[in-house]
Amino acid sequence: MTEQLDAGLVARQITEHDGLGGPVGPDGGREVGRARRRREDARLITGRTRWTDNIQLPGMLHVAFLRSPLAHARITRVDVSAARSLPGVVAAFAGRDFDGEQGSLPCAWPVSEDVVIPDHPPMAVDRVRYVGEAVACVVATDRYRAADALEAVEVDYEPLEAVLDMTEALAEGAPAVHEAGNQAFTWKFSGGDVEAAFRDAPVLIDRTYVQQRLIPTAMEPRAVVAVPEGEGFTLYSATQIPHILRVMLALTTGIPEHLLRVVAPDVGGGFGSKLQVTAEEVLSLLLARRLGRPVKWTESRSEGNLTVHHGRDQIQRISLAAERDGRIRGVRVDLLADMGAYLMLVTPGVPLLGAFMYNGVYKMDAYDFTCTGVFTTKMPTDAYRGAGRPEATFAIERAVDELAAELGLDPIEVRRRNWITREEFPYTTVAGLTYDSGDYEAATERAVALFGYDKLRAEQADRRERRDPVQLGIGVSTYTEMCGLAPSRVLGSLSYGAGGWEHAAVRMLPTGKVEVVTGTSPHGQGHETAWSQIVADALGVPFEDVSVLHGDTAVSPRGLDTYGSRSLVVGGVAVLAACEKVKEKAKRLAAHLLEAADDDVEFSGGAFRVRGTEAGRTIQELALAAFAAHDLPDGFEPRLDAEATFDPENFSFPHGTHLCAVEVDTETGAVRIRSYVAVDDVGRVVNPLIVEGQVHGGIAQGIGQALYEEAVYDTGGNLLTTTMADYLIPSAADLPDFVTDRTETPATSNPLGVKGVGEAGTIASTPAVVNAVVDALRPYGVRDVPMPCTPERVWRALARSGGGGTAGPPGPGAAADGTGAAETAGGAQ
Amino acid sequence: MPTVTVTVDGVTYEEEVEPRLLLVHFLRDRLGKTGTPVGCDTGNCGACTVMLDGRSAKSCSVLAVQADGSDIVTVEGLASGGGLHPMQQAFHEEHALQCGYCTPGMIMAAIDLLKDDPDPSEEAVRAGLEGNLCRCTGYCTIVRAVRRGARSMSGEEVPAP
Repeated sequence: MTEQLDAGLVARQITEHDGLGGPVGPDGGREVGRARRRREDARLITGRTRWTDNIQLPGMLHVAFLRSPLAHARITRVDVSAARSLPGVVAAFAGRDFDGEQGSLPCAWPVSEDVVIPDHPPMAVDRVRYVGEAVACVVATDRYRAADALEAVEVDYEPLEAVLDMTEALAEGAPAVHEAGNQAFTWKFSGGDVEAAFRDAPVLIDRTYVQQRLIPTAMEPRAVVAVPEGEGFTLYSATQIPHILRVMLALTTGIPEHLLRVVAPDVGGGFGSKLQVTAEEVLSLLLARRLGRPVKWTESRSEGNLTVHHGRDQIQRISLAAERDGRIRGVRVDLLADMGAYLMLVTPGVPLLGAFMYNGVYKMDAYDFTCTGVFTTKMPTDAYRGAGRPEATFAIERAVDELAAELGLDPIEVRRRNWITREEFPYTTVAGLTYDSGDYEAATERAVALFGYDKLRAEQADRRERRDPVQLGIGVSTYTEMCGLAPSRVLGSLSYGAGGWEHAAVRMLPTGKVEVVTGTSPHGQGHETAWSQIVADALGVPFEDVSVLHGDTAVSPRGLDTYGSRSLVVGGVAVLAACEKVKEKAKRLAAHLLEAADDDVEFSGGAFRVRGTEAGRTIQELALAAFAAHDLPDGFEPRLDAEATFDPENFSFPHGTHLCAVEVDTETGAVRIRSYVAVDDVGRVVNPLIVEGQVHGGIAQGIGQALYEEAVYDTGGNLLTTTMADYLIPSAADLPDFVTDRTETPATSNPLGVKGVGEAGTIASTPAVVNAVVDALRPYGVRDVPMPCTPERVWRALARSGGGGTAGPPGPGAAADGTGAAETAGGAQ
Repeated sequence: MPTVTVTVDGVTYEEEVEPRLLLVHFLRDRLGKTGTPVGCDTGNCGACTVMLDGRSAKSCSVLAVQADGSDIVTVEGLASGGGLHPMQQAFHEEHALQCGYCTPGMIMAAIDLLKDDPDPSEEAVRAGLEGNLCRCTGYCTIVRAVRRGARSMSGEEVPAP
């Protein structure tokens, strides 16, 4: 068997079982597709967890970091001597103390020729560029003493001007964040003849949307324990990327890679925020090396809000040219993306992940994308659930709603006139991606039915007619996205620093149990359960007989970790590929023991049988025989295990239709989500329970961006939203019960037919909610409400339009159709 | 340093503590009860919720000295005899957790909620758990789990979902 699985072959094998009904996995198994309760739960619901902060080791020290209170300043003096002399304090250091040792935090995605990657010392030496940047540290015998001693560190600063606004940052004479200036990079991409598409376009929609800055807010704060062990070090970290971290730490600190072990124990959520190589990881490791003792750091939530990388923060100008019948000719996007003060692991790549998605699910002749990355004196941005695709989807889905309003068409009808139809797959888009499969009609039809679309439209008309102070809005979002980060060749062509393959090992143990090693690194997704289901079907073994190992570079030496909805579509498929190799090997052994030709042996239900006879061996018997090694074919190594990697040839393209109904109180500006329906197509499903959970959580985070969340800096560059009291993530009381369903169009890019699901909900939901809010207010002349759509912002939008409250809408005649035309006329091209 | 005497999950401890020591750090760092995690520093997230003399309390907002003489139950002490508490079982059945970091606090808060309202409506659960934040689930399955747990705690046979 070749290193990589023949995707087409296995896909056909799966398809052949379709007629059997019910969930069908590889070889007709019944685990894939089943709503297995998670095996991970047992430890999590009983408190027998392994969070990094749980770790206590003999002689362990605690480090605390002093952080810059200024957004931009020269450091003129740091004096840690008073701190050093306090009880319990073992050491205290300033940035200069790490000269020649601390290196520069890595950026693995140099997106363009002109990209500026400034030096980024983990601890600032002579200049700080955002509030929260580490300037000194204290190491003490417990966390309270370390925190106390920070008070005794003296730092003198010479303040410089903060740079907060992207447009001002790019203006002539703006204070420079870095010597090379404030422009981090420019990146352009074009498909088709854009000039022609926009020339004399009968309809032009031109809008600017702001993707506010978000704080990812995984529930588990970051934590690190660095341990000197033997010749080398073990670093425990609440990270999504133990494998990437190991490579990057070796490159950054010079500690040889083979002497560095990285462990991601139980990790309490990430959403991209733990896809990073952090200053605290590097410095904890350096301190452990210097002091020869284990060093632990656990952030407080307020410290985390300041210094966990932020998400989004883009200004999007989107122009859409269309015919009067609603058909889209082309889309043009001009993007400003706030990098913050430095380029971290994939900071400049995030907007590029959206660059290929501004055309959404629609056909068009031309597309043009320009992005400028801008440095400001704020916390760097980087991946946050969806990374680039939520931004793109928001812009196109909002713009298409504006097009519908302009033309007086139903927003679903406008979408229908433009989307790729089910017969047209595989379809190569104007952005050059080939969407492998999809059925937008089916997902939308199902969503419309579940939502009761027509009935809600009727109620909306009635409320408008009655001038009800509480108006009903209906929001539509028909999304697709590119995920399953993967094709290594494509990532290479985009200048990404690594590949996108994934690795797995499957080992049959002598007792017939199965050990699976995966290079993915779960932090809530349920890989232990899902991978066990895949293996149970593939090898015909009981689900309970499989265990899944991960998150430790000593146990799972090869992998590229978990982000970008890649785990199942790349890593899960690698697990299946390894199972296929194990079966190939077992078949050879079975044929030998049964004295039959290889080709006469068939596998079914966990056993190999000679065709047409009852003579056979179970895979467990073969595992024992391979272990005993008493009677093996010539050249057969005495073990029944295999490794495999999988590197798909295409991205994964989940899609779906999300519908949201909101009630907007025009007197107070309050928005209440009344109902939310999501019909997603994520291809074949390994575990519907896990899929539903991913969709639910994704929707909630997208709603968070639409209605609640924003990282706010004041005019001096101080973060105002440092606590959970200020940065509002949705609570149970803020959200409705979501109605979810699925259509199932198998992916053709992997043998399981699966598509990514981790980010889909977040990508889809933000525009659905904001479209609903704006839809409620359209009769008042409101055409946009900036996110988050707080009561104040809704109220202000109404006040600006002269509507709202008991004044009521200007009357049915002036509804939707009337408002857009005037605006479009005023819109610049 | 003051001495506190507390019973945690059925075991009595007598420890000298700094007056400023938070109960959650006392539990985690001194007693090794790491089943109760810390999610924030402002009492907003509820991950650290424990039962303090029978009612839920956010242990990041209580000093260890304030707990002197108290009986504390953490998620580690909920179940007896190696099984699961009905609320733990319900969270498992309904897939009411993903990363699981908020789960101990969520389960403790849910059990406390039922003391006032043994059969809460969806709205009551949502309102009652407002002080416990989850970033993974979107809460739908948590709400289902709490209502399932409520029925099974009242002795009702609850079929698998």
